[in-house]
Amino acid sequence: MFPLPLANLLTEPVGVAHYLTVGAIMFTCGVLCMATKRNALGVLMGIELVLNGANVNFIAFGSPYLRNDANSLGLDGQLIAMFVIVLAAAEAAIALAIVLNFYNNYDSVDVDRADQLKG
Amino acid sequence: MDPAHYLPLLLGAAWLVPLVSFVVISVGYSLPQLTGKRASYGVSTLGGYVATGAIVLSTVLSLVALFGVWLPNHQLADAAHQGAELDAGEHAADEHEDATPRLEAVQDTEHAINPPPVYSGDWYELCNFGSLKLSIGYYIDTLTVVMFSMVSLIAACVHFYSMGYMHDELHDFTDPEVTLENGQKLHRAGRYHRFFQYLSLFSFSMLGVVVAGNMAMVFVFWELVGICSYFLIGFYIERQSACNAANKAFIVNRIGDFGMLIGMMALWSSLGTFAFGDTKDDQGNVVAQGIFSQLRTPENDYHLAPTASMIAEEERMRAGEPASAGGQWLLFIAGVGIFSGCVGKSAQFPLHVWLPDAMEGPTPVSALVHSATMVAAGVYLVGRFYPAFSPEVLLVIAYIGCLTLFIAATIAITAVDIKRVLAYSTVSQLGYMMVSLGLGGWVAGMFHLITHAFFKSLLFLCSGSVIHAVHTNDMTQMGGLRKKMPITAYTMLMGCLAIIGAGIPLTIFGFSGYYSKDAIIEHAWSFGSRNPSHFLLQWTPVVGAAITAFYMFRLWYMTFAGTPRDHHRYDHAHESPRAITVPLLVLAFFAICGGWTFPGTNLKVTNLLEQARPMGTLAASQGTLLPELVVPNEHESHDPKYKVPAGLAAFGTAAAGVLLATVIYLWRFLNPDELKQSFKPIYNFLWSKWWFDELYWLVLVRPTMALSGWIARFDLGVIDAILHGAAAICRAGSQVVDVLFDRTMVDGSVNTFARGTWDLGLWLRRLQTGSLRQYVMFIVVGTVLLFVTITFVQGYLT
Repeated sequence: MFPLPLANLLTEPVGVAHYLTVGAIMFTCGVLCMATKRNALGVLMGIELVLNGANVNFIAFGSPYLRNDANSLGLDGQLIAMFVIVLAAAEAAIALAIVLNFYNNYDSVDVDRADQLKG
Repeated sequence: MDPAHYLPLLLGAAWLVPLVSFVVISVGYSLPQLTGKRASYGVSTLGGYVATGAIVLSTVLSLVALFGVWLPNHQLADAAHQGAELDAGEHAADEHEDATPRLEAVQDTEHAINPPPVYSGDWYELCNFGSLKLSIGYYIDTLTVVMFSMVSLIAACVHFYSMGYMHDELHDFTDPEVTLENGQKLHRAGRYHRFFQYLSLFSFSMLGVVVAGNMAMVFVFWELVGICSYFLIGFYIERQSACNAANKAFIVNRIGDFGMLIGMMALWSSLGTFAFGDTKDDQGNVVAQGIFSQLRTPENDYHLAPTASMIAEEERMRAGEPASAGGQWLLFIAGVGIFSGCVGKSAQFPLHVWLPDAMEGPTPVSALVHSATMVAAGVYLVGRFYPAFSPEVLLVIAYIGCLTLFIAATIAITAVDIKRVLAYSTVSQLGYMMVSLGLGGWVAGMFHLITHAFFKSLLFLCSGSVIHAVHTNDMTQMGGLRKKMPITAYTMLMGCLAIIGAGIPLTIFGFSGYYSKDAIIEHAWSFGSRNPSHFLLQWTPVVGAAITAFYMFRLWYMTFAGTPRDHHRYDHAHESPRAITVPLLVLAFFAICGGWTFPGTNLKVTNLLEQARPMGTLAASQGTLLPELVVPNEHESHDPKYKVPAGLAAFGTAAAGVLLATVIYLWRFLNPDELKQSFKPIYNFLWSKWWFDELYWLVLVRPTMALSGWIARFDLGVIDAILHGAAAICRAGSQVVDVLFDRTMVDGSVNTFARGTWDLGLWLRRLQTGSLRQYVMFIVVGTVLLFVTITFVQGYLT
């Protein structure tokens, strides 16, 4: 039998597993959002959720409170998270520019209408 | 300064500088032209300056080698003094009439003679095949240094002259003698640079022959000289006559060179070396003996004797039968073989036919290639190789020279082409040199080579100046040009006086030819008195002197004296520009005083040559195969009992020749046309050049052509048919392979693979829907699938 992994989350003190759970929930929400929204801005929000879900994981793994590694400087997770945020900002800027252009041409932000790249 | 160090350096540099010029001109001008580009800097005078600068540099280096290194280090002995001493020795020997030649030799070596100073060695070793060593080496003695100075000086004059003479080639040139199929004259790009390129290569090759330290190197440069003459004679390649003349020169020379190869093989197989001089190591010990020291050993008093290896080789060739004359036959074959190369190159009978035709080249070429240097290469080689010639070979050389001298002189009497007269006179003078060398007059022969080089190049350059002015070679259209072109006329007169040997008999005042030609005739006299059966060798040079005087003055009178025969040409004639007259004056200076003693010293050409005389060749020697033959000591010819009658005879005959020419062509007491009529058979015989060309055409060229025709037909009919059949079979076979294997299997597999890839691509294309949400779904599904797979695989594995 597989042990139920989430059964004793509520009884244990807060640790990495809790953060990972929150991150996984955020990630799943983001993916669902990307897959279901027809509005391009909604898709972008989904992307943000996915990225931030991943960020939560990085923070959790990098935190000195959650990690028993006395010698570690403990900033690596935070640094990666900073990179992800910066990249997300850049990506969002480009994506918004594409969306604005698309809106100018088609008077709509429906991603289903943007199928010109099909093979 | 140490001559052993500086001489190879100086002469090596002087030798290589023209090669550099050749390369520079080739890269700068000829290569761009070959690749179809007309070099953007076009045909310019630069090529001429490069070549002329190079040869002038060579001249300077050679003169430095002669005056700066050689003379300060080697005291010149006075030939006359040494001669007197030797004469005393000879007389002592003569008193014992029954004394063997060996005794004479002992006498000679007592009175003489340190070995002549020689520096030999290798610059660069090319390769070593077992015992065959090929190297770029040098053999430097006084003769080498003097020849270097002479060749480079004359070449420099000719280069300078060419810069004026060849100016027609600076721009596009219309050749008046070539008519194309459409009736127009050939119009082509100028070839000024090409001319100088060949001149440079030619100078390099000639200097290579002179400096060469072994027979193999001589042969290489010998052939280079041949190919350069081919290029230069065929300079106007579009003219059929030039084309034929170039081929003729090349092929006739090949015949002689074949004999030379035989001679080289005979020498190498028996002596095992090509080197002239001994090879020494750093301490100066002899490592390997050269040809000369093997054949003339100190134990044998430097008399020529076949070595033990030579006798063994001859016995081997006779299949074990003992060599009757102790290797003399092998020595004879080697000597005649080497000499036959010289026969071809120096245009001796019977291979003299190429040289007059070679006048198709531009006149400076005739001056350089066909009077002063290339034909001189043959005589030079005879002189260089002299220690290895046995008395029998020398007799062959003497008779060949004698025949040549007479035949060529007679032909020159009737020729009307100004350059052909000079060409035949060259052949005749080369005959003089060969006679002299063959009779044992080594210094006289080489001396005549040097004086002749100066006055003959002078004569050729003068004739070029005349041709430049009147645009024809035909002397019957000239006349009276003395007034129009005085410098040319009087320098040419100096040349004529030099070639006939004008001088005051029995004194030491005369033109350069006076010394050398009289020395030859004196020596012939001395030889004739020792060998009465060979009286022809004594008298032909004397008769030749008369004929020489006659045809040279006939040439001068017809060209420069009298009244103009063609007024149109006369009116257009003018003195040539300075680039042409300056070399004439320089050469005229040497033609006049080439035989004089430098004031206040005993420096003169004969003394220099006396110093170079190869060890042991002064002594009188006796034939082994022909025991009656005695080659006398050259210094005997200074004896008044030969010198006085010979000098008077030479002067008398020359004066008679000049007088006859004056009577006929200047004073016109006798009408040449009437003489022509009254001596018609002889005139026709001489006019058609003894029918040598016709004879060779009938005996050699026609059968060869017929044979070649047959072989060509065999080639076309049989060999080509076999080849074509084989080709057709191959072609059919490969077509079968093509259909059966190539198209089905090779092409099939490649095409199937390509089609599969194409179809896969078409199918995968459907996945690209362009819908963003679908892509996200693919990602999600894919990720989930990956997780599931990993989990199962992990569970399965653990």
